Amino acid sequence: MKPTTPMRALTLRLDDELFAIEAGSVREILDLVPVTEVPNASAFATGLINVRGRVVPLADLKVAFGMPHTEPDKDTRIVVIETEIDSEPTVVGILADKVYDVTDIEPTAIEEAPRVGMRWRSDYVRGIGKRQGTFIIIPDLNRIFETQGRRSGQVSAPDERIAS
Amino acid sequence: MSSDPADTFRQEARELLEQLEQGLLDLEQNPADTDLVNSVFRALHTIKGSGAMFGFTDVAAFVHEFETAFDRVRKGLSPVTPELVAIALDAKDHVHALIEDAESAVELGEPILAALRKLVEPDQAVVAPIAVAQVAPVEAPVGLAATRWRIRFHLPSDALLYGTNPVLLLGEIADLGPCEITALTDAVPTLDTIDLEGCYLGWQVDLTHPDPTAALDDVFLFLKDGMDLSIEPLLDAPPALEAPAAAIDEPEAAPAIAPVAEAAPVREADTERADRAAAAAATSLRVPAERLDELMDRVGELVIAQARLSQMAAQSSDANLKTVAEELERLSSGLRDTTMGIRMVPIGSLFSRFRRLVHDLSRDLGKQIEFITTGEDTELDKTMIERLADPLVHLIRNAVDHGLEGEAARLKSGKPVKGTVRLSAVYAGAEVAISVSDDGAGLDPARIRQKAEEQGIITADQRLTDQELFQLIFAPGFSTAKEVTSLSGRGVGMDVVKRTIDGLRGKIELSTVPGQGTTATLRLPLTLAIIEGMLIRVGNGRYSIPLSAVEECVELPPAADTASRGRSFLSIRDQLVPFLRLREVFGTTGEPDGHQKVVIVSSGEGRVGLVVDQIIGNTQTVIKQLSKLHSGLDTFSGATILGDGAVALILDTAHLVSYGQAHEQQLAQQLGRAA
Repeated sequence: MKPTTPMRALTLRLDDELFAIEAGSVREILDLVPVTEVPNASAFATGLINVRGRVVPLADLKVAFGMPHTEPDKDTRIVVIETEIDSEPTVVGILADKVYDVTDIEPTAIEEAPRVGMRWRSDYVRGIGKRQGTFIIIPDLNRIFETQGRRSGQVSAPDERIAS
Repeated sequence: MSSDPADTFRQEARELLEQLEQGLLDLEQNPADTDLVNSVFRALHTIKGSGAMFGFTDVAAFVHEFETAFDRVRKGLSPVTPELVAIALDAKDHVHALIEDAESAVELGEPILAALRKLVEPDQAVVAPIAVAQVAPVEAPVGLAATRWRIRFHLPSDALLYGTNPVLLLGEIADLGPCEITALTDAVPTLDTIDLEGCYLGWQVDLTHPDPTAALDDVFLFLKDGMDLSIEPLLDAPPALEAPAAAIDEPEAAPAIAPVAEAAPVREADTERADRAAAAAATSLRVPAERLDELMDRVGELVIAQARLSQMAAQSSDANLKTVAEELERLSSGLRDTTMGIRMVPIGSLFSRFRRLVHDLSRDLGKQIEFITTGEDTELDKTMIERLADPLVHLIRNAVDHGLEGEAARLKSGKPVKGTVRLSAVYAGAEVAISVSDDGAGLDPARIRQKAEEQGIITADQRLTDQELFQLIFAPGFSTAKEVTSLSGRGVGMDVVKRTIDGLRGKIELSTVPGQGTTATLRLPLTLAIIEGMLIRVGNGRYSIPLSAVEECVELPPAADTASRGRSFLSIRDQLVPFLRLREVFGTTGEPDGHQKVVIVSSGEGRVGLVVDQIIGNTQTVIKQLSKLHSGLDTFSGATILGDGAVALILDTAHLVSYGQAHEQQLAQQLGRAA
């Protein structure tokens, strides 16, 4: 059962892959702001940022997709989105190497993620869209935040952290 | 706010029922206190009145009967006995059930009423409860006391607006005896000046009744303040009484007037009380909790903005700007305190609920219990108080059921038959400690151990300290009770306690003296939305420490700094305090500052020193919860936004102290092994 209306999506780049995020869940796009590091947090969500007086966690999807870490540059943006973590509405910032535009992806151009042949956990990818001959990955953000969020915080004692 | 009037009634009734319950319990202690009887009666009457107004007819009918029975107590015809209080409490519970779920509960009411009637009216076979008022008029033509009264009254002009229904009032008067009602229309204005919602009519009622003053007092209970009421005996007695009346006219009139005069001071006192109640009502508001949360958020934002301004002012040389910034700082901290104060509720409101619990437990288990509460005015955040109700119920049940021994056992060990359960609350640093203690037999580590092994919670070769053994009580499924009673012994309760307290970021401590009793102490953080914090720096990161937990700050002595890692102790006024290097805890890279500082923080009994790079100063810390992505990090209790807009984490001192102590033990073991 596929939706018939096109998906309105914000496209962004992580490493050298193109990603599409449901435009409706995006609240704002920020230039890089000062990030407060959270000691002992998982690599997926190492920092906190101030978004209009709210403390918002900053997540790095590249960690979930096993991409190499790169230093932020002039194209780096923070996309502030609304999502649910364990069915609790949460505002999260995600890092993007570059943000492109808002575009419509036709449902016919979206295919289910193949079970094999992907570098990433298949449950993290909701589908793969095609646009002008390039592939766009549509990540399952809820799934990613739920699994990655749980991993954070297990590391809390410094001794364990050093040992691992 | 809820717009459904039925909900408003329910909420109001719940509060009234609570009052009623407290009144009844107090009455059990002081059966002769007529003020208490009256307060119980007033609560009943209000429930009846508003119940009828909002269409809760079952409630009104039941409470009417309840009230009628209690009226005999008020009039001193029946004594207050523990049995009466017990059945009245049942009746109160029934009213509660009726209000929450009218359908299912109705038929359960009759047995309660029957029992109630039996208690207050030993001769109930003759007089039906409602008849009490009607007996008089029936006897009237025969008895000499019967006479006719003229009652004239005008309601306050806004009476209709407040839901008074004159027809019902007249109906109530008519119930008192045969009467003749005439409307007084003289005050009705002309059409062009009439207020459609005003009440202009007055009524004149000629009533046949021996002495209606007291009964009329009840009818007009809620209107007395604003209304015009005159009650006077009619001297032209009805024809049937004419002959004898002529003879006794003089003596008869005198006593008839006497009660009126006598009633006057009582009524004055009543009015005074009503005034006070009215004043209290006028100064308190019912506000949905979300609005308070919203207000708190706004104040939080204001405090952050103000901190930014202060920082700018400090860097500027503009004297005017500095003045404004200072003024604003003063105002916003005042606003902050007031706003937080709104959310704080004295814990007494929670404590008083448990008196009923102990009362019932005492009856069901046949144990005599004295229940003592202290520290009722300790204030806690309202949401926290609500969440504490369940854990405390379990702890009190446990204290009564498992803690206190049976009568025989108490006598044997030379204790008074009456067991004592104490519930107390005190501030302890940045925490509130709430404890439930009993003077029972105390916990038996050997028995706990045996049970835990039986239930497979621990293995036979596990070595545990007594404190660790006691914590097993909170494991799911654990129970030491030899048999399961209806109250406890299923091993569910303490597990709930533990989970709730963990959820509130609190701790449970158990201490026991064999033969003398057990104390369970809940330590809860005063989780306020805004706290005073001490801002510190570790590496490049800034952190806030709740100021109330900070005891002192010292410089890390070079000797302690360079000493081997194995000896993380500071000697502070001849006391050894373990210290944690936050740089190590946080895995901070880079070179530490030259002169490291130690912030000594305390939590409960324990103290720990936190080694930091720099102490920046005091700051208003608006607590923001961490999201689910970071909620697993127990070193931090939240985050805040600093004056320059940066985010800083708030250290969870209670956790760091216990972590420090564990660290200390570990070190001690290592040292022991090394030696």
